[in-house]
Amino acid sequence: MKAVIGWLDDRLGLTTVFKPLIEHPVPQTGWDYTIGSATLIAFAVQVVTGVALAFTYVPTPDHAYESLQFITDTAVLGSVVRGVHYWGATAMVLLVSAHAAQVFLIGAFKFPREVNWLSGTLLLLFTFGMAFTGQLLRWNQDAYWAVVVGAAQAARAPLIGDWLTGILFAGQSVGGATLTRFYATHVFMIPAIIFGLLGLHLYLVVRHGVSEPPVAGVPVDRVTYRQRYERLLHHHGVPFWPDAGWKDVVFALAVGTIVLLLAIRFPPDLGEKADPTMLLTYPRPDWYFLWYFALLALIPPQIEDAFIILFPLLLGLLFVILPFVAPTGERSPRRRPWAIGVVVIFAVSVAALLGAGYRSPWSPDLKASHLPASVTSGLSGSALQGSQLFETRGCLNCHTIAGQGGQRGPDLTQVGARLGPNELTWRILNGGRNMPAYGTTLSPAELSALADFLGGLR
Amino acid sequence: VSEQQAPDNDVVSRRRFLSRISLGLSALAAAVVSVPILAYLLSPLLRPAPQEWRDVGAVDSFRVGQTVEIAFDEPSPLPWAGQTAQTAAWLRRNSDTQFTAFAVNCTHLGCPVNWRADAELFMCPCHGGVYYADGTVAGGPPPQRLVTYDTQIVNGRVQLLTKPVSFGEA
Repeated sequence: MKAVIGWLDDRLGLTTVFKPLIEHPVPQTGWDYTIGSATLIAFAVQVVTGVALAFTYVPTPDHAYESLQFITDTAVLGSVVRGVHYWGATAMVLLVSAHAAQVFLIGAFKFPREVNWLSGTLLLLFTFGMAFTGQLLRWNQDAYWAVVVGAAQAARAPLIGDWLTGILFAGQSVGGATLTRFYATHVFMIPAIIFGLLGLHLYLVVRHGVSEPPVAGVPVDRVTYRQRYERLLHHHGVPFWPDAGWKDVVFALAVGTIVLLLAIRFPPDLGEKADPTMLLTYPRPDWYFLWYFALLALIPPQIEDAFIILFPLLLGLLFVILPFVAPTGERSPRRRPWAIGVVVIFAVSVAALLGAGYRSPWSPDLKASHLPASVTSGLSGSALQGSQLFETRGCLNCHTIAGQGGQRGPDLTQVGARLGPNELTWRILNGGRNMPAYGTTLSPAELSALADFLGGLR
Repeated sequence: VSEQQAPDNDVVSRRRFLSRISLGLSALAAAVVSVPILAYLLSPLLRPAPQEWRDVGAVDSFRVGQTVEIAFDEPSPLPWAGQTAQTAAWLRRNSDTQFTAFAVNCTHLGCPVNWRADAELFMCPCHGGVYYADGTVAGGPPPQRLVTYDTQIVNGRVQLLTKPVSFGEA
């Protein structure tokens, strides 16, 4: 046995190459340094569960959804495997974002780790690429329309818009060629790129050493930094394994446990099968894109064309220029309050937009059909007829009365107190702002009935 | 005098030549290999988009003033396209002889608009775009009216000319 181990050690260079590598000295660090390694472990889990899913998944529009139904309902523990892949994706997006925020906050992108940051930027980008292509493979209604919405944004690009749309669709419309391309992108292309970038990222972590926890008043200086870092390792460094590594293991295990429990307790939904002829649907992206979906609803239409193209490009540009704009100087967030501000503003904005995305107050509620009985019970004659028109003519899809209805337009529960009969009639006839004009579709009698009904709401 | 002799000029230029020719040949090989791969991957862009007239029903099956959903086959769908071989559209019969076929895609970001017959409006479930019965914008973020397909009547049947999905008329 000993002889076999000795032989392996000699041939593989375990004690001469591998041992020094995992025992290389690192600064003493806190729990925040475990986010990066947990992202790596989450990626490994995605690869393993993804490969397992690929054993069964059929990447063609006529059977993709059914194969996922089989995985979810019939295959032994298939729903857990799929659940781990689903919640693992959420974990990866959260972890890679938190890792980027943490590296930004502690100024670890500065000299000499600029390329660590740039490779990390690409890893962040491609993680979102995995999230986008992954949600499409479900091939449900949300997936189908996510491709279309993505293509509609690409179509806004000047000159190459149609070309980009053609690339995304792999043809004239979403069809047989679309899914296989997203599949190949999701399981071969982006993972291969991520493996390469991860290799570079980890190599650079070893080459430059993991950044030391920042100390306020000790700025990074190109001339002295490396010497100071070496001295720090010499005096206070600890071997990565196991002195620092045990924390990575504990945190990754905690993340893994949460993902597994979520997969068992909240197995992901499949939604309805993609069908371009079933038009009564509420397409929504997975949460990692829902905040952007909400943003596209809320920005003023005048700046939309520019925004759709420039916002992603500008965001990318900011990431790329960051280590060159601020390559040296203070690293501590205490001396860089603007860095804390940027992270807080970004996190709060995304959270607020996510909340808005789930509520979608800008969308007509296409399922709203009836006013509450408390509103209609006492009505008679013209006002009763008006309340029925309010339900059938689409008013209720956008306006709430006593808690029922859409949120697109103003709440009309007490509109009679705000507007007189003439103003009400004028609004309905002409519309305005975002309200359609009903002048051509309502008869004068219907119009006055509606005004009677609304005028009585006080 | 050092024991190691500096390589003479011949050796240096020979090494440089070998290095350059090796890299050059490798680059050439990579370029040659990538031509068919790129052409294969970009083929959907290189192929002209076929357009075909599709029968969507008898003229008499549509009532004047009504808008209904129709579905038609895409030109030359792949055998494994399943349900996505079809595309839907909204067809309005304006008069005895005139039809308008609207693309279902909202011109804002492409989501499927819904015809609400009683309200006589198209409503989009994504970002709240609203259109009148004639496809013009009634509210919300859409930058332009709904895209239409060409239609014709042949032997009492309504036909629609397919076209690539677009999110607005140029």
